[in-house]
Amino acid sequence: MELMKYSKPFALAAVLALVVGCGGSTQEGVSEDVVADEVLVTDEDARRAEAEAARREAAARAEQMQAEAGAMPEIFTIYFDFDKSNIRSEFYDVLNAHAAYLMANPNARVVLEGHTDERGTREYNMALGERRGQSVQRYLSLQGVASSQMEVVSYGEERPAVRGTTREAHAQNRRVEFNYR
Amino acid sequence: MKKQWGLSLVLLVGLFLSQWAQANLTIRITQGNDQATPIAVVPFARDGVGVLPEDVAQIISQNLERTGLFAPIPREDLISLPSSARDVVYRDWRLLRVNYLIVGQISRSGNELEIRYEVFDVVRQERLMAERVTGRTEALRDRAHFISDRIYEKLTGQRGIFSTQIAYVTAEALSGRAEYRFRLHVADADGQRSRTILTSHEPILSPDWSPDGRRLAYVSFEQGRPAIFIQEIETGERFQLTNFRGLNGSPAWSPDGQRIAMTLSRDGQPEIYIYELEQRRLTRVTNHFAIDTEPSWSPDGRYLVFTSSRSGGPQIYRVNLSNGDIDRLSFEGNYNARARFSPDGDEIFMVHRDAGGGLFSIAGLNIETGRMRILTTSPLDESPTVAPNGAMVMYALMQGEQGVLGVVSTDGRIRYELPAAQGDVREPAWSPFLD
Repeated sequence: MELMKYSKPFALAAVLALVVGCGGSTQEGVSEDVVADEVLVTDEDARRAEAEAARREAAARAEQMQAEAGAMPEIFTIYFDFDKSNIRSEFYDVLNAHAAYLMANPNARVVLEGHTDERGTREYNMALGERRGQSVQRYLSLQGVASSQMEVVSYGEERPAVRGTTREAHAQNRRVEFNYR
Repeated sequence: MKKQWGLSLVLLVGLFLSQWAQANLTIRITQGNDQATPIAVVPFARDGVGVLPEDVAQIISQNLERTGLFAPIPREDLISLPSSARDVVYRDWRLLRVNYLIVGQISRSGNELEIRYEVFDVVRQERLMAERVTGRTEALRDRAHFISDRIYEKLTGQRGIFSTQIAYVTAEALSGRAEYRFRLHVADADGQRSRTILTSHEPILSPDWSPDGRRLAYVSFEQGRPAIFIQEIETGERFQLTNFRGLNGSPAWSPDGQRIAMTLSRDGQPEIYIYELEQRRLTRVTNHFAIDTEPSWSPDGRYLVFTSSRSGGPQIYRVNLSNGDIDRLSFEGNYNARARFSPDGDEIFMVHRDAGGGLFSIAGLNIETGRMRILTTSPLDESPTVAPNGAMVMYALMQGEQGVLGVVSTDGRIRYELPAAQGDVREPAWSPFLD
C-alpha cells in the first residue's frame, strides 16, 4: 500500500523525463549536421549537458506537481453511462488530481455525491448513485486516500444538475460530484 | 351579530379555500370509457339551509365518473329535478337512457345538516337505497365522499375509495442552480384539501402509509444524508427511525403494522432488511452483491417482492419470508422495478420498460400466470401505488418538463391526471381504507 501511494505522480514524472530526454537527442542530431568539425569535441559534453537539463526539468516538474497536489483540483464532476457505475477512462486524471490533493491534505474531507438521470425508479436510482460514489471511493482508496477522508452520499435522481429530458441533459445528470467540506 | 358571524365565516372559508386552491391538484380526464353505465345525479334540493360551501351532488357525480364505470349525464340534460321518491317519474329517466338515478335533499337538523339520498334502478323501476347522513357544514365534503362510497358499493359490490387519502411529494425549483423546495403533502384521493406536513430544502421521497392510516414513513435528506422518519399525520409528531451509514430507503410497512421493510447499504451493498418496531430488531433478508431494493409486502405478510439487478438489469424477485427462498417474477422487458401488490395479492403493478428500451410504463403482472398488461403509455411513468380496493393505480408521469400524478383503472379503461398549479408532483402513496 505504501508503494502504491506515490506510484501515480512518480510514474507521470518518469514519463515527462522520457519526453524531455527524447527532445534533447533530436536537437543533438540537428547540431551535428550544422557544425561538423565541432561534433567530436562537443558530443559527450552536449550529451551530458542535455541529460543534466532533462534531469533538472523533471525534478522541477515533480516539485511543481507536488505543489499542485497541495492545491484544490479544478474539476469536481465526473460522468457515467446509463445504468453503469464504472469509471470512464477519460476521468482518471481528474480522480488522480483529487487523490493527490487528499493525500497532500490529510485534514481535507470530501463527500462523493452520486447522481443519476431521471429515467428509472427513484429508489433504484438511489442505489445506482451510491454505486457510482463507491466506484470513485474505491479508486481513490487504491491510490492511498484514507477512508476517513471520504463519504459517499447518493442523491439518486433527486438533484439533477440540469433540467430536461434530452439525451444531453441525462448525460450531464449521471455523475459523481466532489463536495469538499 | 348573526350577520357579522356569517360574514367572518365566509371570510374564513374564503381564506382556507384560497389556500387550498393553490396547493390542490386539479383533475383532467384524459381517457374515458364509452362502455360506462349512464346515470343521472340530480342536484340535491336545499331546504332552509341557504348557500352551502359544497355541491354534494356534483362531488358524487364526479366521484362516480372517475371510476370509469359510470357516465353521469350533463346537468343541462336533466328534464326534471326530483329530490325524493314521490317526484320520480321513471318514464322521464328511461327516455334519457340512464340506468340509475340519484336524488337527494339537504335540510337542517339542530346544529347539523341532514342529507337524505335515494338511488333508483330506472330499468327495473325500483328504489335501491334510501339513506340519511348528518354532519356539520365543514364536514359536507366528507359526507359527499361517504355517500359516494355507499352508492358505489351498492351498485358494484366493491368498496369505494372516495374517502381515502393520498400522500405525495412536490418539488419546486427555487432561484439558483439545483435549489429546490421539497414538500410532503396529504390530500383527499381526488387531490382536494391538500395540506403540507413537511417542508425541506433537501429531498423527500418514498412515503408509505401505516396500515392504520395514521402515520407515514418516508425518506428525508434533511441531515445531508438519507434517513427514514415516521410521522404522525394528525399531530405532525415525528421521529427518526434509521441513521445507518449509506442508503436508508424504501420504507414499507408490513400489513400488521409491526414491521418495516427497508433498504440499507450498511454492509456495503444495498440489501433488504426488516425492522421489528416493538422488539427493535433488525433482520437482513437479502444477501447479494447486486442492487436489492424497493421491498413491498404481500397482503398476507408472507412474502416481499423487491427489485434486484442480480440478473444484470433491474427485475422483480419475490422472497418467501418463512424459508428465505427467492424466485424471479418478471421476465418480459429489460427494466422492471418498484412493484406493489394488488390488495388480493394476485397481481403486482410495477415500472416496466420493454426490451426495445423505449417507454417506462406502468404494467400489471399476474403472479400465477405470468401474464403482463401494460397500462400506461407516456415516456417516464413511475411510482405506482394501488388503491385499497384494487380498482385504480396512481402513478407519477412527466408532462413536458412538469411532473404530475396520473390515475389509471387497473383494467385500463379510464385514465385521468392530477396536475399541480406549479412545481413537480411525484411519489404518490394511496392510503389504506380510513374509518
